[in-house]
Amino acid sequence: MARLIKTEKEVEGNYSETWVVVEEDALEQWPGGPLATVGREATRLDGAERAGGEAMYTADLTFPGMLHAAVLRSPYSRARVRSLDLAPALDASGVRAVLGPGDVDALTDEPGYVGAPVAAVAADTDALARAAVESISVGWELEEPLVDPDEAVEQEAFLGEPRRYQRGDLDRALAEADVVVEAEYRTQVALHNCMEPHGAVCRWVGDTLEVYISTQFIWGVRSDVAQALGLPEDRVRVVCEFMGGGFGSKNGPREHTYVAAELAKRTGRAVRCFNDRREENLDAGNRNATIQRLVAGARADGTLTALGGEFVNAVGFRGFSASTSGPMQMLYACPNVRTTEYGTKLNVPPNAAFRAPGFVEGTFGLECLLDELAAKLELDPLELRRKNHADSDLLDDRPFSSKNLLDCYRRAETHWERRHEVRARTEGPWKRGVGLASQIWYGGGGPPSYAWVRVGADGRVTVVTAMQDIGTGTRTAMAQIAAEELGVPLERVRVELGDSARGPYASISAGSSTTPSMGPAVRSAAADAARQILEIAAQRYDLEQRVLSIKNGKVVSANGGSWPLEEVTCLLEDGQILGKGARGPNPTGMRVLTFGVQVAEVAVDVETGEVRVERVAAIHDVGRIINPLGARSQMEGGIIQAVGYALTEQRIDDPATGIPLTRTLDAYKVPTIADVPDIVAEFIDVPDEHLTNLGSKGLGEPPIIPTAAAIANAIRDATGADVHSLPITREEMLRALREARERSRDEVAAPTA
Amino acid sequence: MLELVLQINGQAYEVDAAVGRTLAETLREDLGLTGTKVACGEGHCGACTVRIDGVPMLSCITLVHTVEGREVTTIEGLRDHPLLEAFVKADALQCGFCTPGQVVSASALVAAVPEPTREEIRHAMAGNLCRCAAYPNIEEAILAWQG
Repeated sequence: MARLIKTEKEVEGNYSETWVVVEEDALEQWPGGPLATVGREATRLDGAERAGGEAMYTADLTFPGMLHAAVLRSPYSRARVRSLDLAPALDASGVRAVLGPGDVDALTDEPGYVGAPVAAVAADTDALARAAVESISVGWELEEPLVDPDEAVEQEAFLGEPRRYQRGDLDRALAEADVVVEAEYRTQVALHNCMEPHGAVCRWVGDTLEVYISTQFIWGVRSDVAQALGLPEDRVRVVCEFMGGGFGSKNGPREHTYVAAELAKRTGRAVRCFNDRREENLDAGNRNATIQRLVAGARADGTLTALGGEFVNAVGFRGFSASTSGPMQMLYACPNVRTTEYGTKLNVPPNAAFRAPGFVEGTFGLECLLDELAAKLELDPLELRRKNHADSDLLDDRPFSSKNLLDCYRRAETHWERRHEVRARTEGPWKRGVGLASQIWYGGGGPPSYAWVRVGADGRVTVVTAMQDIGTGTRTAMAQIAAEELGVPLERVRVELGDSARGPYASISAGSSTTPSMGPAVRSAAADAARQILEIAAQRYDLEQRVLSIKNGKVVSANGGSWPLEEVTCLLEDGQILGKGARGPNPTGMRVLTFGVQVAEVAVDVETGEVRVERVAAIHDVGRIINPLGARSQMEGGIIQAVGYALTEQRIDDPATGIPLTRTLDAYKVPTIADVPDIVAEFIDVPDEHLTNLGSKGLGEPPIIPTAAAIANAIRDATGADVHSLPITREEMLRALREARERSRDEVAAPTA
Repeated sequence: MLELVLQINGQAYEVDAAVGRTLAETLREDLGLTGTKVACGEGHCGACTVRIDGVPMLSCITLVHTVEGREVTTIEGLRDHPLLEAFVKADALQCGFCTPGQVVSASALVAAVPEPTREEIRHAMAGNLCRCAAYPNIEEAILAWQG
């Protein structure tokens, strides 16, 4: 029965209290470990379609008479449009419509960052549209941009109120600490650079707007677009069957959708509006830069007594101030913590969620600081972390629904032990070392999320839900869950997703939430279908329903009877069984989080500053693993993205004007196959007994969180140098080495008592 | 407009090309061969890789008139290639947008070197970016393929 409850919803670390209608989650969890299908390796259901180029992504779609939109973007960080002559564009070859500021909210005459959309053109081809955009003449009045985050703090140029958090008494704890370390860490702007750029095709069919969009959240786009255009939600249909990566940047409709919708309205044609790669590097969101001024205090035995930090998030012209201070507040059992967090409004492109926003940045600072503390205390870094393990949530004393971080640490030991052998492989200018870092993050998902399961007369199963598979393999995981519950082989199950007109509401694919939100709904829908099948079977074979079950595609009875599933379902003739399922509530009074630890091995050329990551071992606790094959892939992907974040990726802006200089995949360096270290990926794989009928948490984000800190800590182990900013370029590496040399010279010159 | 006859995946196609028309545009927009993806449009990422007379080339920066009289192989012509199954089996893709280009590059590699080493794979595949970073499995797929 449906129940109305007040619950805490969490997306990307942002909590909100909302009323939701939830349905009872009456199913017992399956036992842990590999089952018939769940917990066993399954290749992607749509793997051949994607790899063979048959899958139609949004970027591949075309409709009869489709027009192409191009956008005029601001070349300046802060400016006003004094005059705008759209006439040359209207007169240009093949142009069907032109929009300027005022025609849609997505276009502005006061751009606050380079790349802000100002005008748009729809033309017969992409080339004609882009040529027409070039012909628009704009009279600009330039204003002084604000691009320095510290200056923004001074001017109180904030997006939202500064966030302050405190428990205990930090000042007193620092005064009483045996050892105190202080450091400033900086992290860079990182760009998602999804392979499929941001884009949408919009067309009006009667009074309905169809939005084909590369998105992580079909239902969010539907609701945002309906609201912006004043349409009833059922007059907006959102479709995304195949999606070419998002990493957090494709959670909403963005300007291109509104531009395409308006141009489609004016022209009566389908309109395609897609970023090219250079636009993608300007205006598709980013992981913003941060400055973190941190302090830690501990007793001589390693008990952490004080953690404090001032975090400056360089959010951009719009966007959100992610929880960079989260790891400091949550990761360790430290009684005295004080953090202040500023989200600064700057004349640089707006940020967007990027795979564990805030925690990736904050974990770099915190976990590097912890190793500096360990060095000063002359304590083993793994031991220091163990010693300060948090047994319950420090924010409000709630118990964790499950936490196996100590198990992760235990399994990290063999990798950590390698440090002696790794260090010994130091040769010539190449110094080697090992470092580690812990991870904490959300990933429990939540209601509402719904699924239907259809079983045909031929005994084949279709999961129907309007979710999206952004490349994580959730389509396959959902099929495995349905197959397990219905007792049929995986080959008999398909999954129809990606269309708001075709299936029920499904959750966002962000915040590591798809599997923990959708999985329990799919299981409960499959259980509903199974129950109906057994009702029919009980009548057909004149048996009590409770002695019947479905196993391996057969209806079996406890007393030995066995009938092929089709023999029962064929009684439906042309009919179908429809099972319905919903995600139940999260456990009340508990904190649902994910945990892990990574151990990195590096080699550093102390003459040139070159850093090579040679091996990363990762052990994460994300509850039950549905598909070990896909899970390992996602883990590897997260770690490799993190290697890019640690070593090479950086949007470089001109410091005076804020103009982004790196706009291509040549200048912005994402990892290639040649940059990949050896990766050992392990999961604890124990169901969270309090979380849903599955006990599964999400794993999209956890693997990217601790890697950069583990690499920096390995560099310290190898060279004694403290890296303080990302990416660890040769300049930064050489700076840190120089500083370490000077420090040891000073120590020799003035030995302490 | 230039009238061209192209040989693609063993078939002849007649197309008209304006000055500056790229092979990728012709494949995707004129011939509906959308398996060839365009992710950067400027020769930096490898998503648009096709084979021209067997050699992997970036179709987004190849002018279409230059391939007349040459044999063009796209992912659509490689759907029966055992590499495809090897990619699926090794889970060598996540979002899959770069994957057709990866498979085309890999097919050229194994045509030249049927049993490539890890080092050879890394050299041949370093021009194909994968933002999901399915790289370890791509390497495994190419090591494991059996022609």
